[in-house]
Amino acid sequence: MIFIVFLVVVALLVFWAIGSYNRLVGMRNQVLNGWRQIDVQLKRRHDLIPNLVNSVRGAMDFERDTLTAVMEARAKALTATGPADAAQKEGQLTQALGRLIAVAENYPTLKSNENVRALMEELTGTENKVGFARQFYNDIATKYNTAQQVFPTNLFASTFGFKTAELFEIANEAEREAPVVDLGRK
Amino acid sequence: MSAFILFLVFLGAGFDAVYIGQAGGFVPVGSLLALTVGSFSSALSYFAGDRAVLLATAAQPVEELTATAAPAEKLKLQQLTNVVDEMAIASGLPRPRVYVVPDPDPNAFATGRGPGKSSIAVTRGLLDTLDREELQGVIAHEMSHIRNLDVRLMTIVAALVGTAALMSEWARRGMLWGGSPRRRGDRDEKGGGGVFGLIFFIVWSVAIVLAPFVVQALAMMVSRKREYLADASGAELTRNPLGLARALEKIESAVAPTQSINRGSAHLCIADPLGRRMNLREGFWSDLFASHPPMPARIAALKEMAFQKGTP
Repeated sequence: MIFIVFLVVVALLVFWAIGSYNRLVGMRNQVLNGWRQIDVQLKRRHDLIPNLVNSVRGAMDFERDTLTAVMEARAKALTATGPADAAQKEGQLTQALGRLIAVAENYPTLKSNENVRALMEELTGTENKVGFARQFYNDIATKYNTAQQVFPTNLFASTFGFKTAELFEIANEAEREAPVVDLGRK
Repeated sequence: MSAFILFLVFLGAGFDAVYIGQAGGFVPVGSLLALTVGSFSSALSYFAGDRAVLLATAAQPVEELTATAAPAEKLKLQQLTNVVDEMAIASGLPRPRVYVVPDPDPNAFATGRGPGKSSIAVTRGLLDTLDREELQGVIAHEMSHIRNLDVRLMTIVAALVGTAALMSEWARRGMLWGGSPRRRGDRDEKGGGGVFGLIFFIVWSVAIVLAPFVVQALAMMVSRKREYLADASGAELTRNPLGLARALEKIESAVAPTQSINRGSAHLCIADPLGRRMNLREGFWSDLFASHPPMPARIAALKEMAFQKGTP
């Protein structure tokens, strides 16, 4: 009798372990996929910037500093590795872009240019996509981390090589301000 | 939802007891038959419904429109495409197809079987009235309908409504043609119901006649709950409840009915397309039969979320 009870308990434990292991693997893949989504959007943004800078350069010739700041931040962001590093460098790029957009507001010729407006919409869209991809990534990464850290899963999570996922966080306060793009259209 | 099923079980049990009880023995033939017919018709709408709705509303795919649009128009459509992309990313779902309905009244709806097989359609009026943030709120609401599997849920509800309507119809015909079923034979002695049986029969007779109204009210109750849910989870996606609140205010002020959207897909729209005044005020009737909660209540709920979040 005791033997049977013992067997049942062991079987339950094994089932539980298999279940949690598989759940963690599933979550790890989701986190990886979430990170890839951010990456795709960041690349889009990097590709978009030279276009934008070229099309506003003519009208904003004497804002050279702003334009160079954007290009420099972009160049730096291209070298980023891993979520935390990328978050920091991309944050600087976001800031530089925000300044460019704010300055561009002062140029009526730019605001009425269809081409620039389309580029600005693309940029806003991409900025938002970066933001939402980050939001989604951080949400699932937090869930993944919590699943590893709760008792009793924490007893074996690290043994099987599950690591805490890095969050995509913004380091300094000033970068928290999202650039506001408003060209007066609806 | 559980109230719904209980009510149907009650109807079905009575139906079988009164009409078919003896013929069918312990198998509830009557209600099973009604359930089959009800499920079949709604299964049809489940699998072909999205195409039918899009066809009926003359919705055009946004890609086709973009290809031939003037520059200013193109910007607007590009914005719509971008906003849908953003919300697909935020919810972690595959991107739904996007359609524009040529109708001047601002409205939007989602349709399709589930993530990956869904479409979102917005009216021309919605594109013209809302700014980017508000549009994002509306799309997030529709995306939430998709994420919460509301199409599936409302299909099941529709099947149940159909079942109840069928049973009610059959029962009434039975009463008219067959006279009172209690006159037929000696069921009372066999059932041993006596007083209890009589009371059950009276309650059931009233219920079966009122059934179509009752199930409709129950269905609308489910629909309203899902609307609140979609508002809330939409705000969770954008983290900006005020965008949707402002959009709802604008949609409310243009209360003309959306002519191109019919009754069947009302529960998937952002606002009741029939433009019934009852969605705008609170009260007994609107509480019972409106597919959407009253606009002021929805807006107030969203503003409260914004307040709790601490945004001005």
